[in-house]
Amino acid sequence: MSIMTYRQALRDTLRTEMRRDPDVLLLGEEIGVFEGSYKITAGLLAEFGEKRVRDTPIAEEGFTGAAIGAAMLGLRPVVEIMTINFSLLALDQIVNHAAKIYGMFGGQARVPLVIRTPGGGGQQLGATHSQNIELYYAFVPGMKVVAPSNPADAKSLLLAAIRDDDPVLFLENLALYNAKGEVPDDDTPGEIGRAAVTRPGRDITVVAYSRMAAVALTVAERMAQTDGIDIEVVDLRSLRPLDRETVVDSVRRTHCAVVLEDDWLTYGIGAEIAATISDGAFDWLDAPVRRVAMAEVPLPYAKTLETAALPSADDVTTAIRQTLASVGRRAGKDIP
Amino acid sequence: MQLLTPEGERVAHPHFDIDITPDELRGLYRDMVLVRRADRESNALQRQGQLGIWVPLLGQEAAQIGAGRAMRPRDMAFPSYREHGVAWCRGIDPTELLGIFRGTDHGSWDPMATRFHPYTIVIGNQCLNAVGYAMGQRFDGRIGDGHDSADAEATVVFFGDGATSQGDVNEAFVWGAVYDAPVVFFCQNNQWAISEPMERQSRIPLYQRASGYGFPGIRVDGNDVLATLAVTRWALEECRSGNGPVLIEAFTYRMDAHTTSDDPSRYRLADELEAWKLKDPIERVKAYLHRQQWADGDYFAEVERESDALAARLREYCQRMPVPSADRMFSEVYANGSSAVSAQRDEFLTYLSQFEQTGGER
Repeated sequence: MSIMTYRQALRDTLRTEMRRDPDVLLLGEEIGVFEGSYKITAGLLAEFGEKRVRDTPIAEEGFTGAAIGAAMLGLRPVVEIMTINFSLLALDQIVNHAAKIYGMFGGQARVPLVIRTPGGGGQQLGATHSQNIELYYAFVPGMKVVAPSNPADAKSLLLAAIRDDDPVLFLENLALYNAKGEVPDDDTPGEIGRAAVTRPGRDITVVAYSRMAAVALTVAERMAQTDGIDIEVVDLRSLRPLDRETVVDSVRRTHCAVVLEDDWLTYGIGAEIAATISDGAFDWLDAPVRRVAMAEVPLPYAKTLETAALPSADDVTTAIRQTLASVGRRAGKDIP
Repeated sequence: MQLLTPEGERVAHPHFDIDITPDELRGLYRDMVLVRRADRESNALQRQGQLGIWVPLLGQEAAQIGAGRAMRPRDMAFPSYREHGVAWCRGIDPTELLGIFRGTDHGSWDPMATRFHPYTIVIGNQCLNAVGYAMGQRFDGRIGDGHDSADAEATVVFFGDGATSQGDVNEAFVWGAVYDAPVVFFCQNNQWAISEPMERQSRIPLYQRASGYGFPGIRVDGNDVLATLAVTRWALEECRSGNGPVLIEAFTYRMDAHTTSDDPSRYRLADELEAWKLKDPIERVKAYLHRQQWADGDYFAEVERESDALAARLREYCQRMPVPSADRMFSEVYANGSSAVSAQRDEFLTYLSQFEQTGGER
């Protein structure tokens, strides 16, 4: 075990995989000489050279499309899209090509492509540069979408994504890059499509991923002290495939759930999780599933308004208290 | 294409010569000094934590003032996010730019009154928007033969070298061409797209791309305000008379960082910066004004005083801009409002009313 940041875990894993497999190469804007806008690729150009660390023209559709072609031929390109917002320019290549080539050509070509890209608001980058639109890709059969919330998962899921034979959108988060945690030294890939119970608890299930899964853990520890409640946190880790079993199993034990997401509420991932719980644990539920999401507005740039619009630990705390209160009313007892 | 060398010597050009009066040249000099000062002051305000970010124009004053002053009041400009000099020419006070970068406003000018579209942050999108606007100008009969030429109008769209690799910009070239749109594609090639050099965007000079789309392209010394003015005037006249579009590549240099979040020392050499310092857009005009005895020390001192006053006004204005009220984020989601958004707003304001401070105070 080593203690390192999320950023360092990603960087080390890219290096490890590039050393292990000569077919792994990187493409993206500013990733070489500049070492990445968020410095994930620092030192990699120096070690692996321009053949395998490619600074591209300012053309997201271009470099994503080129990477798909390289992947079809058996290379394992890891594309960095500077932020997930810029992936909109490559939407056609991702949705209509990467996700469909394997099926539409009768299995003749696989697309072992990884698209690394950070989402997330809170950095005062304005409405067009602060979105969480992983939902667009999680919606598409043929795609895989993973969203690690801590350095250990960042490592194990990046290993898995690079070695996977399907296109994987690997969601990072600007607010997580400096998060520290224990990371195993061995290079065993994680399993894409497996959620984790990152904190077992009896009273309520909180389902989240990426940044909000980290927020959930903080809130759980705090509310254990302040409210004396025992929160179970389910970190989805993968949005497609989605591990419905772990979510349902947890709610069958706790009988109530709050779902967190960093994007807009309407049609969001929280709705999918709520439907999953309704399908699999309806008879076990003691309260309606609550969702916490951001305000349904283009994210303001003004710091005060941006902070107000994004879901916070306080919003999560309130939703948990409200849910437990309605559980208490139904059971006719006074739960805090 | 050059009309004024870096040493401040006038050179002739067979197609693009320009008659300039002492008054006009002094005006261009003043414009460039003031927009540079506003740029430097805004950059400093960001460094002091008064702005969230700033996008410097340093080094690109001639390209922007030349293009901006070539436009007539009726012409329409579509900027990227660095066109503070063009904004100046459209009558937008530099204080109005500060609100965007401080996060207190979204750009307070009226785009139709000033004929200056709001800043576009996403790379290259505005090129397609500008083509659509220019197509409208053509369909509405505002250009071409038989039209009162004083009344004719055209569009200028501003973008950079990095944007030329974007699909949107190339589609804008296609659309502009096939609809004969009266649009001047004004590319400021400042040599760097954040860390990526010009060589990563194109194998050929950018202006030569125009021939592939079927319209003229021309490269102009973007640090020469006279050349930029002359070429843009010509290009706009081509557009107004129905011969658009035209691509102008203003060859210039981004003397400062991409934005205040960038550190160019990581990817480019100081030598390159030093070489471009010798081609400064303002110094050459100053030298020429001196040589022609069109301006004296008193004049230059007066412009300097004026720029000091502008900088002081910016500082003062920046710090008294009001923090936006909490309901502001809900107020412009839909043109005619929405019950769902109103419900969110009411819920949020009710929540805030529980506190003595709402976060809007400072």
